[in-house]
Amino acid sequence: MTEFRESPSQTAGPYVHIGCMPGVAGIQGMYGDTDPGSEMVQTVCADPVISLEVGVLDGAGAPVCDAMIEIWQAGPEGSFGVTRGFCNWGRAATDAATGVATFETLRPGAIGSQAPHILVWIVARGINLGLMTRIYFDDAPETNARDEVFKIAGDRAGTLVARSVSGGFRHTIRLQGPDETVFFDV
Amino acid sequence: MTDIPFRRRDPDWHPPALAPDYRSSRLRSPHHKLLHYAPTETEMTGPAFGQDMPGPEDHDLLINFAQPGETALGPRIIVHGRLLDENGRALPGKLIEIWQANAGGRYRHRSDGYLAPLDPNFGGCGRCITDAEGKYLFRSVQPGPYPWPNGGNDWRPAHIHFSVFGDGFAQRLITQMYFEGDPHIALCPIVQSIPSEAAIDRLVARFDPGATVPMDIRAYRFDIVLRGRQATVFENRREGL
Repeated sequence: MTEFRESPSQTAGPYVHIGCMPGVAGIQGMYGDTDPGSEMVQTVCADPVISLEVGVLDGAGAPVCDAMIEIWQAGPEGSFGVTRGFCNWGRAATDAATGVATFETLRPGAIGSQAPHILVWIVARGINLGLMTRIYFDDAPETNARDEVFKIAGDRAGTLVARSVSGGFRHTIRLQGPDETVFFDV
Repeated sequence: MTDIPFRRRDPDWHPPALAPDYRSSRLRSPHHKLLHYAPTETEMTGPAFGQDMPGPEDHDLLINFAQPGETALGPRIIVHGRLLDENGRALPGKLIEIWQANAGGRYRHRSDGYLAPLDPNFGGCGRCITDAEGKYLFRSVQPGPYPWPNGGNDWRPAHIHFSVFGDGFAQRLITQMYFEGDPHIALCPIVQSIPSEAAIDRLVARFDPGATVPMDIRAYRFDIVLRGRQATVFENRREGL
């Protein structure tokens, strides 16, 4: 049955932008000059847009400036069905100077008994298998505390909580260190 | 079918987060164990991309960045195969994105300053959507090996990066394809971060003379497998074979 085992992962390397975000790589004229996942919210969308800033730090506390982050989330009504003018999937590069990726998105609603959350996937040079984590929101502590996945993170669950800032939320993902972010095997 | 949870990943099959010989992994590898939970609707679902998403030349790296009437420089190759899951079922309608260096081993990227020149007719990216049988096909040039800073005399084998989507976001995978017979495979710390020879072999594309087009282009075959579903009737029916 070896032939039907999953293909092993390899790092996305430092040039992931070429294939996934050619505009970020500086390659003009590809894919209609719109990088996939770069526009989650269309102008026809009626819901308020939030800015979600996600920074990534390495074990030395230095910004990870060559990562790609993808997010997958419910719409405001708490489902993955079609929300007019909204794409539930987004993709952004961490900034080459700051290591922060910015998503313009909608705030997700609760899915059933789950607290509102965003699924996050990080790939980069030095990351051999894409890292999966979640983002919760700091203004819903009671809802978060009842969420089954949030509970699994135990006393490290605080590493999953994004902080409210003007216009949206700010979150830092730490790949190593005393406040290492919780990553999941799902 | 989409309600049947994915099988858990085998951590010993994939490269570990920390592979010390691959220096970049030292500060970018979590120390804590990954925490497990049963996938929820969030992980079982994922983005869908239509057959009309790619343009007609997006899969053809020979011409998708070239001036009209010109093509990229280097050995012309087809790379093709099937996208399956671990149950052996084809995954139709899935987005595959690739990127690679040019025939000299140079990437079109602001961070790559290798001596080998850029090819004005080669961008290095392509994408396609798998067909009803999970098949995909790219045309390109064979990428060159290149040196990289890892503390010693390190050269990457010729390779093509693959980004692949499945039905659910938990199947998301990025990997690299290598070429049969490349002596750099055995020497590369990134390849050798994969624990077993059997797993490494799964990333080595085979020369495929049957798909080679006479007087035109050689072919390599590379099948990709994403996580399957937990034990169900599909195990016995061997759907997709």
